[in-house]
Parts: sequence; C-alpha cells; structure tokens
Amino acid sequence: MINQNRAARTIAAFIVAVLSALVLSACTSSPTGSNAEVRLTGAGATFPNPIYQKWFSEYNKAHANLKFDYQSIGSGAGIRQVSEGTVDFGGSDAPMKDEDLKAAKSEILHIPTVLGADVITYNLPGVSTELKLTPETVAGIFLGSIKKWNDPQIASSNPGVNLPGSDITVIRRSDGSGTTFVFTDYLSKVSPEWKEKVGAGTSVNWPTGEGAKGNEGVMARVKQSPNTIGYVELIYAEQNKLPYASVRNAAGEFVRPALESITAAAASVAGQIPADLRVSITNAPGASAYPISSFTYLLVYKEQHDQAKGKALVDFLWWAIHDGEQMARDLLYAPLPQEVVKKAEQKIDSITHQGKPLRVS
Amino acid sequence: MEPVTTDSERSPISARPSSPALLASLLGSGRLADRLFKLTTFVFALAIAGLVVLIIVQMARDSTLTFEKFGLSFIWREVWDPVHGEFGALPFIYGTAVSSILGLLIAVPVSVGVAIFLVEHAPRALSTPISFLVQLLAAIPSVVYGLWGIFVLAPLLRDSVYPRIQSAFGFLPLFQGNQNGLGLMTAGIILSIMIVPIVTAVTTDVMRAVPRAQPEASLALGATKWEATRIVLQNARSGITGAVILGLGRAVGETMAVTMVIGNRPQISASLFDPSFTIASAIANEFTEATSEIYRHALVELGLILFIITFVINAMARLLVWGVTRGQGKVAHA
Repeated sequence: MINQNRAARTIAAFIVAVLSALVLSACTSSPTGSNAEVRLTGAGATFPNPIYQKWFSEYNKAHANLKFDYQSIGSGAGIRQVSEGTVDFGGSDAPMKDEDLKAAKSEILHIPTVLGADVITYNLPGVSTELKLTPETVAGIFLGSIKKWNDPQIASSNPGVNLPGSDITVIRRSDGSGTTFVFTDYLSKVSPEWKEKVGAGTSVNWPTGEGAKGNEGVMARVKQSPNTIGYVELIYAEQNKLPYASVRNAAGEFVRPALESITAAAASVAGQIPADLRVSITNAPGASAYPISSFTYLLVYKEQHDQAKGKALVDFLWWAIHDGEQMARDLLYAPLPQEVVKKAEQKIDSITHQGKPLRVS
Repeated sequence: MEPVTTDSERSPISARPSSPALLASLLGSGRLADRLFKLTTFVFALAIAGLVVLIIVQMARDSTLTFEKFGLSFIWREVWDPVHGEFGALPFIYGTAVSSILGLLIAVPVSVGVAIFLVEHAPRALSTPISFLVQLLAAIPSVVYGLWGIFVLAPLLRDSVYPRIQSAFGFLPLFQGNQNGLGLMTAGIILSIMIVPIVTAVTTDVMRAVPRAQPEASLALGATKWEATRIVLQNARSGITGAVILGLGRAVGETMAVTMVIGNRPQISASLFDPSFTIASAIANEFTEATSEIYRHALVELGLILFIITFVINAMARLLVWGVTRGQGKVAHA
C-alpha cells in the first residue's frame, strides 16, 4: 500500500515536471525577433561529409546566426529528401536521373563542390611494386573471369613483378553507395560485357566476391585477408597505407590516383560539360586524367521560397567553390578546376527568390 | 486485449480518496478516476495492437510495386539485380534460415548445459555470478560482436579451424570450396554466442518452475542425479522449446553482427563457407541508397516477409513458455 502510494506520488510529480518542462521550452524557443537565426538543413552523400562539416564550421565563424545541419545518410536518401522538399539542400555523388528530376516538386540545380576518386586497393603478400591495371583487367577481375593473380592479362601489364598463383578474392561494397556507382559506371564504359551483364548503379548484382559494409569495411577486409582486391575512396587507402593500383586511362597512360590526376580528369572534360552540369567524368580523355574520378554535388532548389534562407545558401555556395576549395587538399579531396568553378558560378547566379536572382555581385 | 487493471491494483487509490495521487484528486470522485484510468490504459493497450496493424498496412502499401510485378513468386525468385529491376527473396530467406539454424545448433546444447548446471548442481555462490556473466553477454552491442568477428574470429577460423574441418570432412558438399573466414558458418557461430543468454535465461526459469518434489521424489526412490535431471528436463521440455524458439527469433532479426561476417552475397550455395546474405542485413545495407521506387519496394517487401516470420516465431515461443509457467503458480500455492 505504502509503496504504491509512493509510486503514484512519484509518477504524478514526474508528469508535472515533464509538463512544466515542455511549457518552459515552448516559451524559450519562440522567435525573439531581430536577431533571427537561419537554419539550413541538408541530407545526402557520406563521401563529402568531412569537408562539408569543415566548411560549415569555418563559415559559421564569420556568420554566427547561420546554422547548418547536414545528415550524411547516403546519396540516394539525399536525392529522395530533396525531391520531396523535406530539406533545404541535398548532397549526391551521382547526378540525379532525368526521371528523378521530373518527379521532383520543384526545379533542382546541381552545384559541383569537390572531386573524389575510387582507387583499386589490394593485399598481395610478397609484391611490393605498385600494380598497373588495364581497364580490361579490372573488368575481368570484378566479372570473375580473371581468377588467379598470375593471369597473363595481369602479368602482361606488370612485367618483372613476381605474381603469386593464388586465387583472387574480390571485396566490394554490400551497402548501396556512391562509391559503387562511380566504380560500376566506369566499368560499364570500358567493358561492354560489364555493361550488358551488370550495369551501373549504387548497388548491383555482383558476379563474384564478398560484400563488406562501407569504405571502412572493404578496407578492413582487404587489409587483413591476403590475395584480396577491392575499391575504396582514395582517402581510405591513403590513411590505411594500403597499396593502390595505377589504371590505364582512355589516352593509354597508366595513371596513379592522386589529387592532381583527379582534378585533371575534370579539367579534360570541362569543355563538354552540359549546361546542367550533370556529367560523369569516369574514363575521362585527358592524358594525365585518373579514369575512376567523379564530382560530388550539392542539390539546391532553383527557386527559393524563403528569402533569408535562400540568400544564406547562395552566399555559402559562392564561398564554398572559392574559399572553400582551398581547404579541399588538406582533407584529400581534389579541388574543382577553374573551368568548372566558372560554370558553377553561373548556376549559383541563377538561383532566385520570387523570380529575382538572390546573389548580388 | 484486456486492459490490465485488476481489482487489487485499483484498490489503493479508490479506497483512499485522500490519496495524494495528483491526477486522482484533480479528477474528483474516485469512481470517475477509476473509469478514466481504465479507459486510458485501454487506449494504451489498443495503441500497441494498432501500431502492429499500422506497420503491416504501411509495409504492404510500400511494397505494391514488387507485389504487382512478381506476385508471390517474389518469395522464391533467386535474382537480386537492382540495376535491371529484378528482385527475389529466396537467397535472403535461405541465408537467414541457415545462419539462424546453425546458431541454434551450437547455442542450444551449450545453453541447456549451462541451465542444468545452474539449476541442479551449482552452489548458490557460483550460480549467481555465472548467470550474471551469461546475462552480460546479452548486453554487448551487436556491432561489437561484429567487429570482434571480423578482426578476431574470422582470421582465426580461416587459418586454424576451417582448414581442419575441410581436411576431415571435405568430402561433404557442406564444407567444400574456397574459404575466406567469412560466410554462413561464421555468421552461425557469432549468432550462437548472441543467443546463448536468452536461451539460457528462459531455460533456467522453466527448469526452476518444475516442482522440486519431482526430482526429490525420484532421488528418494534411488534415482541417480542424472535421472532426476532428466525428469526435470522432461517436465520443462515445452518451455525449453519455447526458449529455443525465442533464440531463433533473436537470430532471425539480428542485423549488424551478421552483416559484418556473412559476406553479403545473395546466393544459395551448398557450402557453409560461402558468403551469403540475410533479410535483415540486406535491408540495413541497401535501404539508404535504394534509388529507384521498385528497389525500395523490394526491400520493404523483404521487411514484410521478415516481420511475418518473426511474428510467427515469437507467437509460437510465447505460447510454449506460457504453457509451462502457467502451471507454476498453482504448484506454488499448493
């Protein structure tokens, strides 16, 4: 009896406490007028998340009333949220498809921010020289038709390397990802067989290999299992000190993935980038271009409904593709080439509120 | 769904209207408060049932595209090709079933053994810390099991255990092919560790529920300790079955640890060393980047299948456990 009474009293006290807390918080969170805070919400790609967070915090130092909230939940989810209008901007590694753009509630612009690349990393005990791979070899390995490390196709582009006769184990992503999209997009361009059998997508029906979750999952598997090969974002291979292969590009040169060769890939296609900036730069034609590179984009609405938010977003984007690019190298992202910055500027200039451009230069 | 307000629970407040329970005094007469209280709890109880129904309805609505395209054949199709929009659940159902059953095969003997020791043999000074340790296993987050699996268990199995199994039983298709440390077998082993706590806990409870008079009587008649234990086990068997099925329910829904060690490849293959995929881990892996509508619907339909499977498993387990523990109260009063 006494216990139950005490319990009832405690519960009642708890309810009162919760209610009063709610009332109090409702009072304090009401807008205070002049010093209004602007809050921009975004969602999307995980790959550029580190540099976006860096940008947000740097930009916030000069614009204290502007708060960013970016959820790195994946490109696919970012595209979905931006299409449904539940966020102020989205992030995606792959450009949106035509049908997705049509389905979106309002017109969406693609603003390229930085560049990244997939590198082919491997664990081959006894081989200390960096491997060179041709597009046909890469496709063959991931199709499962090249099964042994000493296959003549691998050996012919790596003269003098003592390749073991062990089986190749392919490690690839099990989760849907922009990284996979870039990799399969590249393979679809260089291998007709890949294009027909597998195709390009954020997840595909892999002909061989085992799946690991996330870049870090693939990295861990390759690192601890001999005779494996996998693909990860450049930064992961770099940080984990694993070897990665040079890949022969469209111009016939073997190119090592590095920030310069990634930016070179973007520069070599800059002349042919379509007006909406949606472009794949895999298998780019430049002689020094690393062929498995890609843009990552911020997705923004052309017509902004809220003037304060729209203005803040436009100013931030302008800052990002100019001042922000300077921070890219430190975080192992390749900066945009000048030609592409010019095109992105035009896009930012075309963002409007009630039909009027938001950026006043 | 009966609201859970029995007379004994109600009496303290209604019998003493001066009770300081704030809500009751605000509402005035105790009788009105009683009825309101009953109604409120009834709404809560109803909300749970409503939630389940809503989940099913929403999942069914979100999987119409795949249902229209593949119908029931979704369940036994073997392709999973998001690029070309071809989907089937069979490899995932297979991976879920085999990894869970493997987990049970390992976990159940261990759990029952632990339970027998705790109930029949261990002195109190030992049984408390042991059951505490077993319970502690349940508190470890599954991602930690996964990390341990990928960094410690998988290399160990790859280098020392699986080669021995292959050289001894390699003639069986179950143990053939290339092994890399990850796959169905490794997933089964991780799962077994994860379900030992729940199976042990429930088995211990149902064994304790068996009236002590039974083993004691048989001991008095000259039975050995093992024979007496068998009598207890026999009486508790439906409860133990319930415990096993509860463990199965846990194994079927496990996501993180499994996805880190199973190899994540939707295929049906005879070898336990081959990579596989489970329903739960497929959803966790692919949902965020499911870019096309039909792809998303396929994943939701996978979820619906998993929901139905776990629902049936749990209902069975509850019925069995309830069947045993119901008798316990009567015996205690007798």
